[in-house]
Amino acid sequence: MILRKLINAVMLTLTALCALATVSVLVFILGYLLWYGGRSLSWSFLTQLPRPLGETGGGMANAILGSAKILLLAAAIGVPVGFMGGVYLAEFGGKTFPFLVRYTADLLNGVPSIVIGLFTYALVVMPMRHFSALAGGIALSMMVIPTTLRTTEQFLRSVPDSLREGALALGTYKWKAIATVVVPAAMRGVLTGTILGVARIAGETAPLLFTSFSNQYWSSGWNRPTASLPVMIFNYAISPYDDWHRQAWAAGLVLLSLMLAANIVTRFVLAPKSARRA
Amino acid sequence: MATTAITAGDVRGRSGVRAFFERLRSGDEAAHLLTIAFASSVLAITVLIVMELYRASAVSRHALGWAFLYRSTWDPVAGDFGALPFIYGTIVTSILSLAIAVPLGLGAAIFLSELAPPRISDALTFIIELLAAVPSVIYGLLGIFILVPFMRDTAGPALHATLGFLPFFQGPNYGVGILTAAVVLSLMVLPFIVSVSREALLAVPREQREAALALGSTRWESTSRVVVPFARLGILGSLFLALARALGETMAVTMVIGNTPRIAASLFAPGYSIAAVIANEFTEATSDVHLSALIELGLVLFGLTIAINAFARLMILATERKGSKQAP
Amino acid sequence: MRIPVLGWVALLLLAGNACFAQVLINGAGATFPYPIYSKWFDEFHKQHPDVQINYQSIGSGGGIRQLEAGTVDFGASDQPMSADMLAKSNVKPLHFPTVLGGDVPVYNVPGVATDLNFTAEALAGVFLGTVKKWNDPEIVNANKGVKLPDADIVVIHRSDGSGTTFIWTDYLSKTSAEWKSKVGAGTAVQWPVGMGAKGNEGVAGLVKQTPNSFGYVELIYAVQNKMAYGKVRNAAGVFMKADLASITAAAAGAAKDMPGDFRVSITNAPGKQAYPVASFTWLLIPPRIEDATKKKYLVEFLHWMLGPGQQMTEALSYAPLPKQVVAKELKAISEIR
Repeated sequence: MILRKLINAVMLTLTALCALATVSVLVFILGYLLWYGGRSLSWSFLTQLPRPLGETGGGMANAILGSAKILLLAAAIGVPVGFMGGVYLAEFGGKTFPFLVRYTADLLNGVPSIVIGLFTYALVVMPMRHFSALAGGIALSMMVIPTTLRTTEQFLRSVPDSLREGALALGTYKWKAIATVVVPAAMRGVLTGTILGVARIAGETAPLLFTSFSNQYWSSGWNRPTASLPVMIFNYAISPYDDWHRQAWAAGLVLLSLMLAANIVTRFVLAPKSARRA
Repeated sequence: MATTAITAGDVRGRSGVRAFFERLRSGDEAAHLLTIAFASSVLAITVLIVMELYRASAVSRHALGWAFLYRSTWDPVAGDFGALPFIYGTIVTSILSLAIAVPLGLGAAIFLSELAPPRISDALTFIIELLAAVPSVIYGLLGIFILVPFMRDTAGPALHATLGFLPFFQGPNYGVGILTAAVVLSLMVLPFIVSVSREALLAVPREQREAALALGSTRWESTSRVVVPFARLGILGSLFLALARALGETMAVTMVIGNTPRIAASLFAPGYSIAAVIANEFTEATSDVHLSALIELGLVLFGLTIAINAFARLMILATERKGSKQAP
Repeated sequence: MRIPVLGWVALLLLAGNACFAQVLINGAGATFPYPIYSKWFDEFHKQHPDVQINYQSIGSGGGIRQLEAGTVDFGASDQPMSADMLAKSNVKPLHFPTVLGGDVPVYNVPGVATDLNFTAEALAGVFLGTVKKWNDPEIVNANKGVKLPDADIVVIHRSDGSGTTFIWTDYLSKTSAEWKSKVGAGTAVQWPVGMGAKGNEGVAGLVKQTPNSFGYVELIYAVQNKMAYGKVRNAAGVFMKADLASITAAAAGAAKDMPGDFRVSITNAPGKQAYPVASFTWLLIPPRIEDATKKKYLVEFLHWMLGPGQQMTEALSYAPLPKQVVAKELKAISEIR
């Protein structure tokens, strides 16, 4: 009996240590970035363009703006597609076609991001004959679609049928019922999932390597190579210049802060009223 | 959860052209078609990706045939390519990363779902799910500047001293290599394993736990002998999902794996993964065969991830069905 | 509340988009001359604020590839395109030499602070894997008096298609029959031993961080990173360290006999003062440029590069072009339509 209680206590401690270790990894990452990156973060970093090789100073302002542009485009393309697809799966029926759509959405989600970059290079960059923010946005949008689709379907399904029936009983058309009653009811959850999905791809580097490429200057319009935070971090990190390493840390801090902010904000402010612990 | 509601479709019980035009006027048909169009675009994109990969890799598929999959040379000058070192590197780093992450992650998941007070569990889970939000390039940063020196100066020699009799820990240690890549990958898949396993464990019906406890078992016994086996398929599914994620990971691996297309027994040796070689060589593959070989590698990777994802879905589906049938 | 915020963000981005409607010329290619190119393009932009030349150093192989695909306006390479490559090319770019540089052997041997001497046999041996340790006789015999450790040499080479690699392997092929038959020369070869790093920057970075390592980088990368680099024995038997004088000496012979298309190799050049692993590096410009504005600015840049640009090379440890070559190039610019 005592042995069993002992084992119980030991395993409780062990698993607690596992959980603690996992948590401490995040704390460590955050702490290191804050310390190392924070020292290099400055107003000039956020507002200046990169200096030529070998000169110290300069910043990544163009990369910050570039990332924002590309993300905006990715969201503008990917979110409506995923959303409407999710509406279809949740509201309109059928057996085989929805199954196919769900299956391919899962497949798309599983495509390695580098392969998406390859595909976009062949489909967009080569015919256009230049690297562009457009290509980068298209590549990232393909990664937004599956998560938005799944989130939308999940939260639309969680809306009780009584709402739908009520609306229809009052005489509205089906599409109106969906648009004015069901969707608003599910909006919180859908928005949470969407923002998290977009935030996740903000850190994606591989698809941008051969699509938006990089640029030392501001890129106007959508047809030019565009600098982005993840690509800059990658290029600077593998270089031998200490000054570039500093900047890579600072950029890493900026990127991580934005992503964590998006995650925390959506989970707290927009916390969906879904079921907690069973 | 089937939608058994009275939909507009039931109201329009009469079929025929007249009903169709009524639906059209009411806007329902338009809505239906619109959403179908968007949904099919998802299908179209995936199909297009597969087709494009297949088409663009035609040159090397015809030139090298099936031998591509088991040969080891990678010689851009001679136009001779073999995928084996990359397949090896991809699979070994991924499986090794699971070997590291699974005990840790499963332990954490068990603690969070079974043994911890709810408040602490929720707070810790929240933090762990934030880990999943850290972009891969940042793991790469930490890999280069912290993990590589650590592996080279501390962990490597320690492993060599204690486990050096195994062929895995022999040979020179440069800091970069298969083991370092595996460690970075394990950090990246850890949050997935924790959160999905935790969900699987939470899905086990309360009655199972209560029955075990009523029979006099300790919390650990109830967990290990009843709950975990009940949820094992879901947990297994989480492993496969994590594996699929690890296989496709590009940036962090590129930065720490050593970029050498070679197969070696030692885990300290530098290696190469499919995603890493595509990232390094794609923009500059000058010959058509080289480019096509890289795309063929992408196809291989895609195939691997499809297979593993399909397996994982089956596992998770099986758990859900089991949960509803309530049979151990 | 959320929608108006998004709206403002979108508006701001769109506004930012429209502001900078300058001419953008994109180039990509060699990492070898990246330090001087980035300085040149920055200076040129200061003097012509409406032109931006965006250069990404992705390796010579990448430059050629992207130029062929048409995704960049010009390329840059340390390996002149061979007759074969030019025949197959759709673009058939014109080669314009820009500077002279050299590959240097860099190493990180704890405890060794002096310049090490390397014979061609030692270099070939290290990269073939036949010379495995730092205290191998091949290295020791050329460095009497230096205490070399009994440690394995960690070889580091390029993982990407690189003109720097071409220069290095071209030199090895000329001086070692074994290297020539086993590996050959090229921008991406099948390395018998060693680890790969991306770009000159990557190799320099890895060598700096890895004890007992041995790699090859362009001179300026070794200088800027304060890394130790060794002397190489030239064709006349003298151990030469790479610097402006020795690199310029290597080009002396070629300058007189420069072919019309400027494609020439000067590795293992004759001459007592010549540095054996030196090379020109070229800008690859398409002979026909459709966009008139881009053509105008590219031509202007080439003129500027051959004039004031050449004054800036020495500060970054690149040797300026010999005067005969400059004269020939100025004439060749007119070939761009």
